[in-house]
Amino acid sequence: MAIPAAIGAGLAVIGAGMGIGKIGGSAMESIARQPEAAGKIQTAMIIAAALIEGVALFGVVVSMG
Amino acid sequence: MHEILTHEMKFDVKRISKIVAVLTFGLLLLVPNTSSATVVEGEVNNSKELQSFIMHHVKDAHSWHIWGEDKTRLNEDGTVEVVSSTSIHVGLPIILIDNGLVTGNSDDFSEIRWSAWAKKDDSTGVVLVDSLGQPLETDTNYYAVGTIGGNKYIMFHEKIYHFEDGLKLDNHGHPLNSRPLDFSLTQNVASMLLAVVILFLLFLPVAKKYKKQGVESAPSGRQNFLEIFVLFVRDEIARPNIGEKKYARYMPYLLTIFFFIWINNLIGLVPFFPGASNVSGNIAFTAVLALLTYLITQFSGNKDYWKHILLPPVPKALYPIMIPVEIIGTLTKPFALTIRLFANITAGHIVVLAFMGIIFSAKNIGWAGLSVPMGLFISVLELLVAFLQAFIFTMLSALFIGTAVEEHAHH
Repeated sequence: MAIPAAIGAGLAVIGAGMGIGKIGGSAMESIARQPEAAGKIQTAMIIAAALIEGVALFGVVVSMG
Repeated sequence: MHEILTHEMKFDVKRISKIVAVLTFGLLLLVPNTSSATVVEGEVNNSKELQSFIMHHVKDAHSWHIWGEDKTRLNEDGTVEVVSSTSIHVGLPIILIDNGLVTGNSDDFSEIRWSAWAKKDDSTGVVLVDSLGQPLETDTNYYAVGTIGGNKYIMFHEKIYHFEDGLKLDNHGHPLNSRPLDFSLTQNVASMLLAVVILFLLFLPVAKKYKKQGVESAPSGRQNFLEIFVLFVRDEIARPNIGEKKYARYMPYLLTIFFFIWINNLIGLVPFFPGASNVSGNIAFTAVLALLTYLITQFSGNKDYWKHILLPPVPKALYPIMIPVEIIGTLTKPFALTIRLFANITAGHIVVLAFMGIIFSAKNIGWAGLSVPMGLFISVLELLVAFLQAFIFTMLSALFIGTAVEEHAHH
């Protein structure tokens, strides 16, 4: 009962980690290329990261239930 | 000179971190294992009890627990003996609707206050606590019996049920008894009211100052502090997401949710009374805030917004698919808002408690060398998360409102 849920939560976290890592990496690259746009890039990055996090949380909540 | 100084400082940091590491792991080895503790309820003796202890502390409660616990012991004849009672707590009002209004105090639930036991009958799947509320066999369950307004109620895992000659549980340990409508002023509500009082004390004098002196004069006192955040919400959240023309209308709402979520997150991080309640980690709280955002978004939606939902720019044959998808799309946004704030804050609380719980689960104080620094690290990280989640909630609210009021020149 608990182990499949833990595996499910872990898989959700792996997906979210890859997604947010990619967003963070790309944001770093873009900021390095265009430091003057850092503010706008950060905002867009946080929105995208929040959306991915939302999906990951759905996964975690479903595996809790 | 400067180079030498920085070199020495680097050396110092290295040395200090080495000392900390040696102390941490040295403690683990030196302290003897003291696992031969006597089994007294109210203490955490294994990981299952730790789990229920953590969940109990993350959830809402009918009284505000400050310090200590009631330790109870199960005797051979099935009676419960209170070993020691060091529990200090603030009683909160109980408000029930049960054939009329029934009011009392959480201290009315006093017969067995914190942890006790209930018997589980595997053959029928029904558990009975006898008519006196006397528990029979070990299983960690929090319950208390009390009489309010002439009716007898039982509080089981912080939910109030009709007593009905005991508490019947099904196979999964869920009660079968009926429940009155519970409008009690719980710990979370009390904590929320505290947040409201703090916000009023912070903002009312500042607002008065702006009214008297206008926005032209230089800010002073706590005006300096608050103006930074108000301008942050205006310039980083409202203006870019809603647009220059319409943002002003939504500023009061955005400022309110931003500061309300932030202060509730911060109160939740204070580890002692009157903090430590998990308000923004309560799904009802986050759901109501998300519902407000949803309603504001729908009611400020303009013609383009509704046209996009009800008459999307696709072939008419696809309407039966597209319209439901668009409508569900508007509902998933507040749902994600709800879950995001709830899960982030609750997870933070659980992780801090789990790190602290390692000491009690392993029954070795040496683990404090690891779990206290890790708990502190997570607590400091949660300070950042407290701000970030308030920011993200406000930002996404602004974004959703922005999409609803946006004007499309083309089409």
